[in-house]
Formats: sequence, C-alpha cells, structure tokens
Amino acid sequence: MSASDDRDVLRLSVNGVEQALLVGPYTTLLELLREDLRLTGTKHGCELGECGACTVLVDGVAQLSCLVLPAQLDGAAVTTIEGLAEGSVLHPLQRAFMRSGALQCGYCTPGMILAAKALLDANPAPSREEIRQALAGNLCRCTGYASIIEAVEDVARSAS
Amino acid sequence: MNLSPATHDGQALHVVGKPLPRVEAVGKVTGGTLYADDIDLSGLLHCKLLRSHHAHARVLSIDTSSALAVPGVVAVITGQDLPARYGIMPTCEDEVALEHEKVRFVGDPVAAVAAVDEAAALAGCRAIRVEYDPLEAVESIEQALLSPGSEPIHDYAGPANIHRLAALEFGDVEAGFARADHIREDVFFFEGNTHLPMEQHSATAQAANGHVTLWSSTQNPHYVQRILASVLDLPMGHVRVVAAPHGGGFGGKCDPFSHEIVVCKLAMLTGRPVKCTLTREEVFYTHRGRHPVLMWVRTGVDASGRICAMHFRTALDGGAYGSYGPASTLYTGALQTTTYAIPAYRFEGARVFTNKAPCGPKRGHGTPQPRFALEVHLDKIAEEIGLDPVELRRRNYVKPFTRTVNWLRITSCGLEEVTDRVLEASRESRRERRPGHGVGFAVSSYMCGAGLPIYWNKLPHSECVINVGRGGVTLFCGATDIGQGSDSVLATVAAEELGLSPGDIRLVTGDTGLTPVDLGSYSSRVTFMAGNAARMAASRMRELIVAAVAEEEGCAPSEIEVREGKIGRLMFEEAAVLAEERLGTLSSHGSYSPPADIGGRYKGSGVGPSPAYSYSAAVVDLDADHCTGEVHVNKVWLAHDIGRAINELAVRGQVEGGVYMALGEALMEAQVYRDGLHKQPSMLDYKSLTFLEMPEVETILVETVDPEGPYGAKEVGQGPLLPVIPAVVSAVHDALGVWVDEVPVTPEKILKALDARAKGKEGRFGPKSFPDVPYPPLVKVTPPDAAAAAL
Amino acid sequence: MLRLPRFRYLRPQSVAEAADLMAEHGEQAMLVAGGTDLLPKMKRGQMEAEILVGLGHLAELRQLERSDDGGLRIGAGVTLSQIVHDAALARLYPGYVRAAALVSSPALRNAGTIGGNLCVDTRCNFYDQSYEWRMAVGFCMKKDGDICRVAPASKRCRAIASSDTAPAAMALGATVTLVSSAGRREVPVSALYEDDGQFYLAKAADEIIESIQLPAATDWSSSYVKVRRRGSIDFPLAGVAVALKAAGPVIEEGRIVITAVASRPLDVSEAAEPLVGCTLASLLEGQRDELLTGVAASAARPAKPLDNADLHYVWRKQMTRRGVEQAVREAATALLARSA
Repeated sequence: MSASDDRDVLRLSVNGVEQALLVGPYTTLLELLREDLRLTGTKHGCELGECGACTVLVDGVAQLSCLVLPAQLDGAAVTTIEGLAEGSVLHPLQRAFMRSGALQCGYCTPGMILAAKALLDANPAPSREEIRQALAGNLCRCTGYASIIEAVEDVARSAS
Repeated sequence: MNLSPATHDGQALHVVGKPLPRVEAVGKVTGGTLYADDIDLSGLLHCKLLRSHHAHARVLSIDTSSALAVPGVVAVITGQDLPARYGIMPTCEDEVALEHEKVRFVGDPVAAVAAVDEAAALAGCRAIRVEYDPLEAVESIEQALLSPGSEPIHDYAGPANIHRLAALEFGDVEAGFARADHIREDVFFFEGNTHLPMEQHSATAQAANGHVTLWSSTQNPHYVQRILASVLDLPMGHVRVVAAPHGGGFGGKCDPFSHEIVVCKLAMLTGRPVKCTLTREEVFYTHRGRHPVLMWVRTGVDASGRICAMHFRTALDGGAYGSYGPASTLYTGALQTTTYAIPAYRFEGARVFTNKAPCGPKRGHGTPQPRFALEVHLDKIAEEIGLDPVELRRRNYVKPFTRTVNWLRITSCGLEEVTDRVLEASRESRRERRPGHGVGFAVSSYMCGAGLPIYWNKLPHSECVINVGRGGVTLFCGATDIGQGSDSVLATVAAEELGLSPGDIRLVTGDTGLTPVDLGSYSSRVTFMAGNAARMAASRMRELIVAAVAEEEGCAPSEIEVREGKIGRLMFEEAAVLAEERLGTLSSHGSYSPPADIGGRYKGSGVGPSPAYSYSAAVVDLDADHCTGEVHVNKVWLAHDIGRAINELAVRGQVEGGVYMALGEALMEAQVYRDGLHKQPSMLDYKSLTFLEMPEVETILVETVDPEGPYGAKEVGQGPLLPVIPAVVSAVHDALGVWVDEVPVTPEKILKALDARAKGKEGRFGPKSFPDVPYPPLVKVTPPDAAAAAL
Repeated sequence: MLRLPRFRYLRPQSVAEAADLMAEHGEQAMLVAGGTDLLPKMKRGQMEAEILVGLGHLAELRQLERSDDGGLRIGAGVTLSQIVHDAALARLYPGYVRAAALVSSPALRNAGTIGGNLCVDTRCNFYDQSYEWRMAVGFCMKKDGDICRVAPASKRCRAIASSDTAPAAMALGATVTLVSSAGRREVPVSALYEDDGQFYLAKAADEIIESIQLPAATDWSSSYVKVRRRGSIDFPLAGVAVALKAAGPVIEEGRIVITAVASRPLDVSEAAEPLVGCTLASLLEGQRDELLTGVAASAARPAKPLDNADLHYVWRKQMTRRGVEQAVREAATALLARSA
C-alpha cells in the first residue's frame, strides 16, 4: 500500500552506488534491499535476528538486516552479496566457498560469506576457533559447517 | 580418502569422481540465484493464510466480509472455494487446502487472503471472523489409542484414532525364539523433530488461458502437479509446476501444501500472479517431519550371538493428517533386515492421529527411529551375553547379493568394509580412556530410491532428454536439486559420456512443463535413478555423434575416442554440428525404472524395496559430564559405502551434513508441544547445532561399485544420518554407564538415569512400557528359500 | 516475512532532547538504540509503540572514559562488540566483558548496546511468541492478558530476567546514570530491577540510561558463567556473576549475582561470606571443595526457575549451583594468576 505520508528520504550507498530512497521508518534494511532495490541475494530465515541468513555489512560491520532501521543507515555504506565480486571476478571468499563445497542449498551462503568477510577484514589470519566464534550466529542446515571453516581458512591462508 | 581407480567397466573416467564445484555454485555465492521468494512478477499479489488457533474444533462459520473491506485486499477464499480432498498417498486423501468443517491442529489453514502487499493480506486475515466449537484434543500416542472422549480426529480412521496398522511375519518367529539361547526386550522412544530448512516455503502462481504455472520451493514438482490438477480440476497438461532453486528440504517440501494450492486458486480467481511465503512459525506448522515413535523390540540370539528371531513393534505419532503416513509406518519395520540377516522377523506397526502438525518424511523417512532402537538394543544384548558389540553385529551382517527374509534384494554391500574402515580410523581415540569419555559405534543402511512410486503408475521413475543443437548440449530432467547436488550429478554424468566438462551442459530440471517426468527428490533416488536415465540419454547421444564422425572419417565408431572436449579429431562442437547436418535434430532420451524383482509380493511389500542399498558405519567420540549431564561430542568418524562417488566433494558434503543433522536430533532437536501448541516455533527456541557444537567429522568413502548404479554409484543424502544417533547413545553409555533410551539425549535425561542408578535402580532413562495396540492378525509371508535368498 | 508495524521515528539531537520527547509522548513512545530486543518484539506484537525515540546516532552515548576514582564510565550506546573487543577492559573487568561476549551472536552484538542489554526484556516461552500463538494459548498478563500462564496462581508475571551483563555489572558494584526531563540521577545497577516480570525495570519509562559506571577494580577479579543449550544465540537458562577481592593470597570480599532464575538478577553476595579468609590456592587446589559446595548451595537457594524456558527447571536450578562453583573458581584463578 502507498505509504507516501510517512516516508523519508534516506541517503545511503549500496554496493558502492549512492542512493536516495524514500522509505518508511519501519522498513527494515532487509525489506529495503529485497523489495525496494530488488537485491534478493540477501536472504531471510526468521526476521527475528535468530538465524543470520540476512547478514549484510553496514560500514564494514556485519549486521542482521532484519533488525536494522533506516534511521540507523543515513549516510552508511551497505555491502550485500551482490556487491562482493569485482565485475565478473569473484571475491576470494566466493571462490573458496565454491571450491570447498561450502554451500549446498546456498540459502545461508550470502550471510555466511558476508560474516566471514567482516571477520577477515578485521582479522586476516583468524584461528579455527576464531572463525567458529565469528560465524556462530549464522545457521546452516546443509553442510555441517566443516567445509565453510575450510573455505575461510583457505582464504586466510592465501592472503598471508 | 581412498577411492577406487577412476575407471568403470574398463573405461577411464574423466569427470566422474572428481571433487568439482557444483554447477550452480556461482549463482549461490553471488546472490544471483532466484529462490521461490525472490520471484517477482508484474502485478503480483501477496497471500497470507489464516490458521486455526484451536487444536481440534468444528468450524461453525467463517465470515470474510470485513476482510474484503480491508484496504488493499483483493480476494478472500475459504474451504468452500477449494472443497476437493487430497493427500500425497492415494490411500489417505484426508486434507483440504482450507478447512471449513473441522480443524485438527493449531496452524491448520482455514482461509486465505490475497492483497497488494503482505501487510494488507495479514490485516485481511485478522479481520476474518471464525466461529469454532472446540473439541477435546489428542496430544499423545497413548491418548490416541484410548477410545476418544469426543469424536475421533478423522472419521475414516479407527479404531480410536488409529490411522494405519500393519502386522507382518516372515518365517517362523516363535520357532526362532524357541531355539534362542538368550532373549531380550527393550522399549525406546524417539521424540519427533523437524527439518528446519533455512528457506521458508514459498510459492508463486500465475494463471492464464486455463493454464496454471506454479513456482514453488518443492522437492516433488510432479506430485504437486498431480494434486493441483485434481484439486483445481484442470487437465494435467494445463498445470505446470516449476521447482524453484531450493533453500533446503530434507523431506519437508515433499507434500503438496495448502499455500501451493491456494495461490493457484487465487491466481485463477484474480487473474493476477499470487505469492505466498510462509513465516518461520508457519514452517513449523507445515512440518511433515520426523514422527515421534515408541518402539518395543524383542530379539532372540543363540549362544554365538546369531539372531534367531526378532519381533519389532512401533507406534507412530502421525499428527493431524495422513501425509506419507502409511509408508512411514511400514518404514519403521522395513530396513532392520538390510543390515542383519534375521531368519525370522515379525513387525507390527501403528500410526495414530493426534492434534499436532502432521508428520511425514524427514531424511531417513521412518528409519532413523527403529535404527536407533535396533542398534542400542544390540549393544545391550552384546553387553548381556559378554560379546563385543561390533563382533555381535559382524556375526549377523547380511551378505552381498542375497535376499532378506522380507524379500528385499541386496546387491552391493560394503558393511564389512565400512566397519573395518571406521574402526581403523578411530582406533587411537577408542584406546584413550578418561572419566566421562565414551565411544560408540553403530551401522545402518538406506535405500537408493523407493522401488515403487507414491501413487500406482507404470511410468518410468525418471526420464531424461538431451538435445544437442548448434553444438550446445541441453539436458532436460524432472529431477529437482534441493541443495543435495543433483544438477551436478546429471551434468557430470552427461559430461562423462560426451567427453565434456559438467559446466558445458545446460540443465533444465524440475519443471513439469519442460522436462520429462522424475518422481522427485525423496527416498535418496535421484543419483541412482535420474543418474541412470541421464547416462542412458547421454550415451545414446554420444553414439549418434560418434557414428556421424566415424562415417565422416571413414572408420569404425569404436575407433573414435570421446574425451576432453573432442570427438575423435573434431572439437565436440564441430562434431555435434556435423551430426546435426547429417541426422537433423539431435535428441536422445533415457529412462529408468527399477527392476521388478527387488521386493516381495505381499500387502505392505511396496515399502523397503530399492534397486540398491547404501551402508554406513559411525564412531562417535564424546565426553559426558556426570555432574551436569552435558555432552560434548569430540569427533565423528563416518564410513559410507557410496558405491561410487560421482562427485567426491558433494558426497563429502552430504556425509558431513548428515552427521550434523543426526547430532542435532541425537542431542537437542525436538518438536515439542504443550497445551496443544507447538512449544517452540522459532529458530531461537528450536535448537539446532551452531558452529560451536559441531565436532570434526572424518569421512571415509568406500566404493563397492554397485552393478546397477550409474558408474556404480549409490545414495548418500540420507544414509549417513542413521548410525550417528545410536552411536551417540552408545557413547554416552560408554562414558557414564547409563542408557538413555529416548532421543534426544538431553542433560536432564542423563542426570535422571544417573540418579536412578544412584538409587539402586536400573541406570536408564526411557519409556517404561509399550502401550496396548490392537494390531491386526499377522500376515504370514513365506521367506525366500535358500535358492532365492542367494542371488 | 515478519514486518514491523508502522511507527514514527524521532531523532533527537541530544540525550536531554530524547528525555524531553519521552516525557512529551508518554506511553506512546519507546526508546530504541540497537533495536535487537525491541524490533523482534514489535514484529510479534509483544511490544507496541506509535513513536520510537532513537538513541543510536547520539555520539554522547558512545563515550568511554576513565573516571576520577580509577573506574570507567561507558556510554550506554557503546555496542556489546566494542566491549568484547576492548582488551584493556577485559583485563580490568573480565566478568563483565565475558558476559557481553556471551550475548546472542556476533552480528547481534554489533548492533546491541550495553544500555540496551541492561534493559533487555524479561523472557518467557509463553510470551516470546507471535500474536497468533499467544492468542491460541491465551494471552498472559505481560501482554494482552491478565494471568500468568506459567504460574496461574501468581499475582505477578514470572518472566525471567535475561540480561547477561546486568548480573556482571551488579557484581562489580556498577552504577548507571539515568537522565530524564526531571534531571539526572545515579543509581546502583541493582536498583534498576523490580521482582516482577512485567514491570521489571525500576526506572521511569522516560528515564534514559546515559552511562554505566564501573568502579575501580584494583585487587578485584570477576567472572561470568552462562548456562544454555548452545554456545551462541541462546539466552541464559541460568547465569552467575562473581567478583572476588584479594590483594594477596587471601580472599577479602566476594560478591555473587545469579540471573535467569527469577524475574530479576538476584544479589546473593551473602552466600559468598564463607569465602572471605580462604586462600585462593586452597580454593583452587580442592582443599575447600566442601566450603565451595556450601557457598554454591546457599547462593542458588533463592533461584526459582519455572517451566517457561528451555530445558527442565530442576536442571536449571542444579546448574545454578554448578555455575556458582565454576564462576568462583574462575575469578579465583584470575586473581591467583595476577598475584603470581
């Protein structure tokens, strides 16, 4: 339904593109990305902050987009899974996830990769335990997690 | 990993067996893959379902007038708009898309609203007034078996709330017990749990010109197509079901669902596309997950530990509807015989209705519960007769190429190998002893596809078409990739035959409008069945192209080598164009039907037969705290007889995922009810393992090269889950000396068992008795004679 | 998809203005900082507000400064992650940092603030459910109903105190500064809570936590033990915060606070009195196990878990005792390491 009465202009950068959007204050970043911007790579599994599927980066920090309000975003830089590759060149984490079999159904993958990116950006050489701790809010029902750890370790190794 | 040399029937294998990335991976790591809820169509309406908040009630009236007045609401429907009954199994068509006479669990859909957005649809639902007359709710197996206080949940069932009964005897069980030196009885309970796919179910329908198209996160587009045609009263050919890229199934997206039917109906009524995406809470109500099962097992063994006879009883809590229930019931008794040579076997099973979300198939469908009971029971027998539990099992292992007492045909069987390998790999850990440390072992077996379809028909179980045009290869198959990697299997098989890489094959799968039939992604059937169909189609295409090239070159087809993108001296594309020039349209097809003689011919024999069985063995190493009852799993070794790994990476992933799900079921996952309501319908409260609980898994693949599997391949999607659950229970016993005969094994249950032991009672937690079930007279089946038993 | 109901979002330029807005709008308004507690509850209809007064953007709430007495003053808008990744803080207040590190999941801690965590809503599995679920079971007094579903005879709501950092802050003797349109006051963290699951905060609705003050921790160490099913995501089923003081080898003072076993964190420091005079070494080498068991038993005595959280309430009570033993040992270990 039209919500023109209570929408405000929100300025933010999404995957490097500056945008000015008219959004209601109650529109979560998840809805804004998936429905207003049609960036459906960001997934949703609970919308309550319990599963990690909707993880994106806000100013480089992993955030649960289902719990982020527009007011918390003014002037922010948002990175979604669609913004990771440089043109057709995949990000090392994307390649490593493919190589290690770190995805099956793929539904947790965008959130998982972004959570891993936030970790590696802050800590380029994490221990296995640090990887497990950093990703412990991202549930996966397919892989049993081992191949995901392997993929993150793989990227950390090749970066060092 | 120690895989067999990459040859098959004397031919070198070029892509089969390689650990290649999955063919659809790029879309999944870039966000490009469009899952069902990612689909957007012009003019799309959004649908929400109004669900019952009573566990059991008559629906007296439904007033939708205020809903239609809600701004943005376009259409409202109730059961009167969709009166046709349906069910996945023809023997229990007990569902309607929207109930307008009676609701049977909290969450049962009663009305649907289509609106311009989800918020308006939700407001519309909340404006609907439903008048209910509440009935007494049935919440447990025991309660269901009693004469119902008020009316039974279904009027077609009975006595009481019994949905389905089975009673089968193979061989002379009494004589078997009579010659046994030792007889033991045990009772077990397996609490139900759910699939919890990361993706919430979603379906979008479009209708035009008397045709309906549905995009849905379904595992079984063909069965959904069939039910839609029936419920919507449309010809099959006017219903197209497309399985959208799938965010996880595990059996939970196998049934035709209310929301799928409702969006089709609303699209037909409004002329606009309609989408319905379930919330997480609704996914818990949609369920069709693991049945809670009470089990009683009695086994007689001789002095050497050989099984003389076994009697297995089960009682399944089916929830509110039939779903796959008749099959689920029989599965609780069917596969005990595929690991152990039981000379005389009696199975009695019952499924009851309760006022809870309906149960159905979850990874291992009906077999993880009895497998848990059987393996733990054997551990107890071994302990009692002073025999090593592994040795007890080995003395009873089935042999390859034999027939079981219930007529199941066993072909390749790597039981001995998986046992040897898993014990060898875990040797050091088993040697180490410290207080609270425990190690458990168990084996299991699973089908490579159900031998019979869900509804009676003689169509091939899987069909595949390959078209080659202008040098490009497109493979069409109804199989549905639910994340298990079936697209990669199909592409790999076709690539192997055509000398290409999997990435060269364009795939069109899981689309009833474009692809030939495949029954669906259930019963671990896709690699075996669709793989064989694809291999047949691809080898025929190869013959066509090779023949054309041979003719051009003036040599025999056998002289033309097909490998690495070349057919003879020509690049594949050149060769394909050459063949098209000579032969016209290049199209080949393949299909697969299971052999006819893989099972018996008795009522109930439809469940259990499979063209092959996979075998798994697990060792679980854990520490259990006798003060807190908490369990920390250190490592799991899982050896799996895969027949042949088509893609080693994908196989390993399925093993690790199966171990993960098993540990969740063994330790914490449970679909628990209170006051007639699901107690914990959220990702926070329904506990599944995070990174921090998941131990290291060592996967060992054993390749027995099945004579009928594609390149010898067997299943891996479900089998590796099975032995882990009993191995956890066994390891807890090893650690603390108490038995927890009820899954999940929670800290409080362990402490209760320890407490019982401290009070001088049996160190055990579990059900005390098995209820009286009015099983019918036994159907006595003569087992195969010696000649028939040795294939 | 679960969505938020409509609301207006106000963006004050200062804490004082926020306080004025809260006073102006009264019951229609709620405060929001990280939103990690409020937004899921608004989606499920557990909390309703026509107006949200935002605090997350206020730089004045994100200061971290040493106070004159050698303690630390932390702005309420500092995120849990900032606390967790502050190595200096972890040396001084290991129990508090540990508690922050055990809140939910990493991404949630990136949004959740320390002020918000002190105010985190009490929890109950009859209440933390969707509107439709609660309607089906019958609404409870905490929202939309008039009885307590877990204890129908209870006159008050029995929802569970679920903040991890509150008991840790209480064990440190921390205070909070509250700002409202009426002024500013400083109260002990322990004074923030009522023994009532519904009206669980003792502060006025328009009072804003501006900062938390941790007193100097010289000669103190602290610990926090959280009992739950999984190592991440889950709320506490029982939580124990301990602070011990020992300038030398002998314990001089001890504090114990337990949580998630009542509607507010319970200061049970009296139970720690037998620890005074014990040497750290004797405690850790197993010579005082009986004494420690006694301390744990009396510390856990007021714990009254009910059947409204994960796992069995009897087990949760048992685990509270275990948690006390473990938390005392951890704090003693840290003190011993420091003295050595």
